[in-house]
Amino acid sequence: MDLLLGGVRQAVTLLLAGDGEVWAILWLSLAVSGSATLVSLAVGIPAGTALALVRFPGRGLVVSAVNAGMGLPPVVVGLFVTLVLWRSGPLGGLELLYTPAAIIVAQVVIAAPIVAGMTLAAVQQVPREFRLQLLALGASRVQMVWVVLREARLPMLAAVMAGFGGVISEIGASLMVGGNVKGRTRTLTTAMVLETGKGNFDVAIALSLLLLVLVFLVNWALTSIQQRHAGP
Amino acid sequence: MLVRPLVAGLGLVCLVAPAAAQSRVVILSTTTSTQDSGLLDVLVPMFERKTGSTVRTIAVGTGQALALAARGEADVTLAHAPDVERRYIAEGKLLNRRLVMYNDLVVVGPEADPARIRGEKSAVAALRRIADARARFVSRGDGSGTNLLELKLWRLAGLTPARSWYIESGQGMGATLGLADDRRAYTLADRATYLAFGRRVALRVMVEGDRRLLNIYSVLEVDPANGPRVNAAGGRAFAEFILSAEIQQVIRDFGVEKFGQPMFVPIAGRTDLDVQ
Repeated sequence: MDLLLGGVRQAVTLLLAGDGEVWAILWLSLAVSGSATLVSLAVGIPAGTALALVRFPGRGLVVSAVNAGMGLPPVVVGLFVTLVLWRSGPLGGLELLYTPAAIIVAQVVIAAPIVAGMTLAAVQQVPREFRLQLLALGASRVQMVWVVLREARLPMLAAVMAGFGGVISEIGASLMVGGNVKGRTRTLTTAMVLETGKGNFDVAIALSLLLLVLVFLVNWALTSIQQRHAGP
Repeated sequence: MLVRPLVAGLGLVCLVAPAAAQSRVVILSTTTSTQDSGLLDVLVPMFERKTGSTVRTIAVGTGQALALAARGEADVTLAHAPDVERRYIAEGKLLNRRLVMYNDLVVVGPEADPARIRGEKSAVAALRRIADARARFVSRGDGSGTNLLELKLWRLAGLTPARSWYIESGQGMGATLGLADDRRAYTLADRATYLAFGRRVALRVMVEGDRRLLNIYSVLEVDPANGPRVNAAGGRAFAEFILSAEIQQVIRDFGVEKFGQPMFVPIAGRTDLDVQ
């Protein structure tokens, strides 16, 4: 119990004292997972929308693959992204391994199926008759898709939250492709594992509290946007 | 609605992604113990200031650290598994093995000492007594240098510990100490991590001072023929740096302030025969 309280006190002290390292870790986690989420949206929303609206042979298989991808274990992603980015791997020439960019790549692989899968579900929720009516009223296909996406925007914000929540809290991939390099690829979660391993439980507790606050604030902001649009 | 954050996000990606062509990057593969002790957090910035290179330190188990280097995925390695190191040297994968420093391992156990090994001088005899008493023992079981040394001690004791009293944690030293504490078991720990955990666990030092318990760290360079893009010059520069008189002094002083005793003993220029 005293350890837990000590951790809370340590967290407050670390932040108030303006511990540069902690702020840098916090910022890196936010920047990396934020970027990964945005890239996942850029990939996942069009993919999910297309899967919801277009019929083609083998579609059922692709949809199943996307849904399965929503549960991709981060360590598996970490292992394969590491192998691809190794010097001897196919993308070794980019020298991306053990950089923040490598973590972003791995996190996009984790988050994109989540965004695509939830977008697919959100768009499919919009009644088919509504789409047909739009086309009958003279809307072009692009206009129809735009209106449908606007209709589905509330569940899609949930997709953003799920994607971000998935990558900010994952550890397996960040550790493997980032290497937990001090000052460069040390994120909140990898720092937590390291500090626990060192026996610095108070610092680990402080970092985990920071992560919880960060996740809460981001979700709070997104939720308030969602609920404002949802009306009373 | 989403266009502006998307553009901003892609800008951010470009910001954190390094330029594709980085020639002055040195990848150091090493063991978790050097990182957990905090030593690398001191040495690496000094090296970077001195040479202008960027070091990417990958702290993993010794087995993996050496395997990465042997594949050419690292430029230099700091490890503590002499037998495995010599095997890679013999295969020509790693070059120029030189001793850097040592610390020592200790056999720790619960206050009650069910196998009555407290004060035993020989680690091998202590393990034999633990086996005879069927007292619980926690092994790292992760292919780390500490784990490899422990397995060697069991071999020397003529035992294969695979019975109900032998627990494999599969984790780092810190987590393993925690597990041993919880199960009131014995374990083999490096002194640095044990000191760092001292106030958290009720384990006591049972056996220390045996020469077989020396944990010898060496620096090894990577043969550029191992793989594409090996920065052999950078790896050699790091090896020369860590063996220099100035850095050996830094190693000698490291940890004295925090624990009242040094965590590592520098031994650059010595050979295996000098220390074993």
